[in-house]
Amino acid sequence: MRIALFITCFNDTMFPGTGRAVVSVLERLGHTVEFPQEQTCCGQMHFNTGYRPDAVPLVARFARTFAGYDAVVTPSASCAGMARENHPLLAADYGHAQLQQQVADVVPRVHEFTEFLTDVLGVTDVGASFPHRVSYHPTCHSLRGLRLGDRPLELLRAVKGIDLVDLPDADSCCGFGGTFAVKNADTSAAMLADKADGVLSTRAEVLCAADNSCLMHIGGGLSRRGSSVRAMHLAEILAATEGGTP
Amino acid sequence: MNAPSSRGVVWLGSPAFPDAAREALKDTRLRANLKRATSTIRDKRLAVASELDDWEALRDAAAAIKKCTARHLDHYLVELEASVTAAGGTVHWACDAAEANRIVTELVRATGESEVVKIKSMATQEIGLNEHLAEAGITAYETDLAELIVQLGDDRPSHILVPAIHRNRTEVRDLFAAEMGHWGQPAPEGLTDEPADLAEAARRHLREKFLTAKVAVSGANFAVADTGTVVVVESEGNGRMCLTLPDTLITVMGIEKVVPTWSDLEVFLQLLPRSSTGERMNPYTSTWTGTTEGDGPSAFHLVLLDNGRTDTLADTVGRQVLGCIRCSACLNVCPVFERTGGHAYGSVYPGPIGAVLTPQLIGVENAATLPFASTLCGACYDACPVKINIPEVLAHLRAEAVEAKNGHTAEALAMRAAGKVLDSPRLLAAAQKAASLGGRALARRGTIGRLPGPMHGWSDTRDTPAPPAESFRTWWRKNRENKEGEQS
Ligand code: SF4
Repeated sequence: MRIALFITCFNDTMFPGTGRAVVSVLERLGHTVEFPQEQTCCGQMHFNTGYRPDAVPLVARFARTFAGYDAVVTPSASCAGMARENHPLLAADYGHAQLQQQVADVVPRVHEFTEFLTDVLGVTDVGASFPHRVSYHPTCHSLRGLRLGDRPLELLRAVKGIDLVDLPDADSCCGFGGTFAVKNADTSAAMLADKADGVLSTRAEVLCAADNSCLMHIGGGLSRRGSSVRAMHLAEILAATEGGTP
Repeated sequence: MNAPSSRGVVWLGSPAFPDAAREALKDTRLRANLKRATSTIRDKRLAVASELDDWEALRDAAAAIKKCTARHLDHYLVELEASVTAAGGTVHWACDAAEANRIVTELVRATGESEVVKIKSMATQEIGLNEHLAEAGITAYETDLAELIVQLGDDRPSHILVPAIHRNRTEVRDLFAAEMGHWGQPAPEGLTDEPADLAEAARRHLREKFLTAKVAVSGANFAVADTGTVVVVESEGNGRMCLTLPDTLITVMGIEKVVPTWSDLEVFLQLLPRSSTGERMNPYTSTWTGTTEGDGPSAFHLVLLDNGRTDTLADTVGRQVLGCIRCSACLNVCPVFERTGGHAYGSVYPGPIGAVLTPQLIGVENAATLPFASTLCGACYDACPVKINIPEVLAHLRAEAVEAKNGHTAEALAMRAAGKVLDSPRLLAAAQKAASLGGRALARRGTIGRLPGPMHGWSDTRDTPAPPAESFRTWWRKNRENKEGEQS
């Protein structure tokens, strides 16, 4: 199986450790991962902020770059959702027949990292060890967009030594919402405050999720409140092994 | 599209959503009231919805009925007009708020009365009917308990189902004690803030109105095209009083409320109470078909209101919003509404449904911040009994809001520039290098704290991690490729 990693522009720039973790988990499971260097961004920011025409070249680049792979794996539920739901829509509204075809070919092979592990590879125990108290925040795009359901939790439960604690009001949004956090900073901050309260009440050492954007938001709020809770992509937990440092 | 000033809907002079929200967020009592009320009703809704094993099938049916009716709206409206007329009612067509107000005012004048009783109706709030009647010397008395509270407080509704959700019972007691006397029967001496006492005071106050009023104005939840039956769904029974006691009944209804037959209605009567109050069945469902000799009003007028709805129908993505049955489930699950309350939306339609309906009714350029008043978290879509994909419509309206500004904003320039960078791995790598250097220069011990300028809103309450020294693509090239694989 030819597997391509779609790192996403945000992780590429801000959280390269998450990409390294995905590569390390997949290699540990015996797969080869390729990183097509022509990749950049799925166009989510442009699309969600109302700049659809500006997203179209990114859709075309995505389809070109990942053509021919059996699986395109990404450690971002929101970017996977963007490709699957909105690339066909943009191709239909702004693209030509050829682009529509390219998009239709690639989109069914785009997988968020945890669903790739559970649904395509059929594994829940990836041989990880992480002896820490961890809480999991189901981001809106994992929960209501991709409907990942319990998949991330099944993966986490199989991690050796982990002390997994429920997050109260887990399904409520953290208030990030991309440019929402800038355009409606006050409302976003009020939502963040409640989410951070929930995290602190679990007394977890680590908060994990399937999207680094939401994690950066919650982690940023926790850090400003002087908390030592670490916000960490769940791929990095799955990459951790006995004796290895995440 | 320019919003004709005759369209109403929005409270003129309302600040943009982010500013109104900032003010509302300061009101800690409001936030506590909202949190308590919305979370209680949320749990009730989930409990009664999960009792039905065909809940999802009901939602699909509701969405399909609304879609099909909207496609043939002209047909069903003409059918409705014919059946209402045949049953002894009179149908009036109003293309906008001004025309609807004029029709209702003339109908009331023709009766020679100067007072009307009203049962909660969003359509009449949308067109500003009470204010219009007042100018014509006609006093409208709201009889829904929550609407009464709003009216006595000279206030705005902040929730579709619980318009006075922003008031707690002590505030209500004070309002009753101070204001009821100006409108009719005063509140009893020594009124307490016990719900039973408050309800009793309202009952006495309203009873006097019901027994004297000759004209009533109502809204409608549904109208059945093939029989001409109009339906009002409510909890208190005050609507039933308005609909049966007066001689003349005037109903103002948005044209999207028509359903083809009673078997279509059945689907909605299961979905609506469960989604709105979290009840299996609402206490009062009133239905009437034209007029009946010796039973109820002797004159019935149905005013069919367009007011932006046919424009909405022309939008292939936005039209699904016309399926809304005003249950308010989307408000109760919305994390933004829960914090800001309804007034921040500056419209009679608050919350997620307001964010997608108001801009369509009055033109997106007149409510340009509303489509952005959401994180696109999707909770509303999951809750909606008619499966309206609110996030999809929000994103669609954002594109329209941007288009309406013709690219002449700083944001548009920045987005275009970002698009150029993101469409080139070479430029992206250069930008990553710059961000890394710049970010690390700003950071202390790995985090960036408060920032001035456009990022202050973000950085006031959040630290940002400093970008790493090396991007993923740089790491990959160094560790996995050992050769230059990069083209631009
Ligand atoms: S949009 Fe859906 S959930 Fe919201 S009020 Fe309308 S019917 Fe109810």
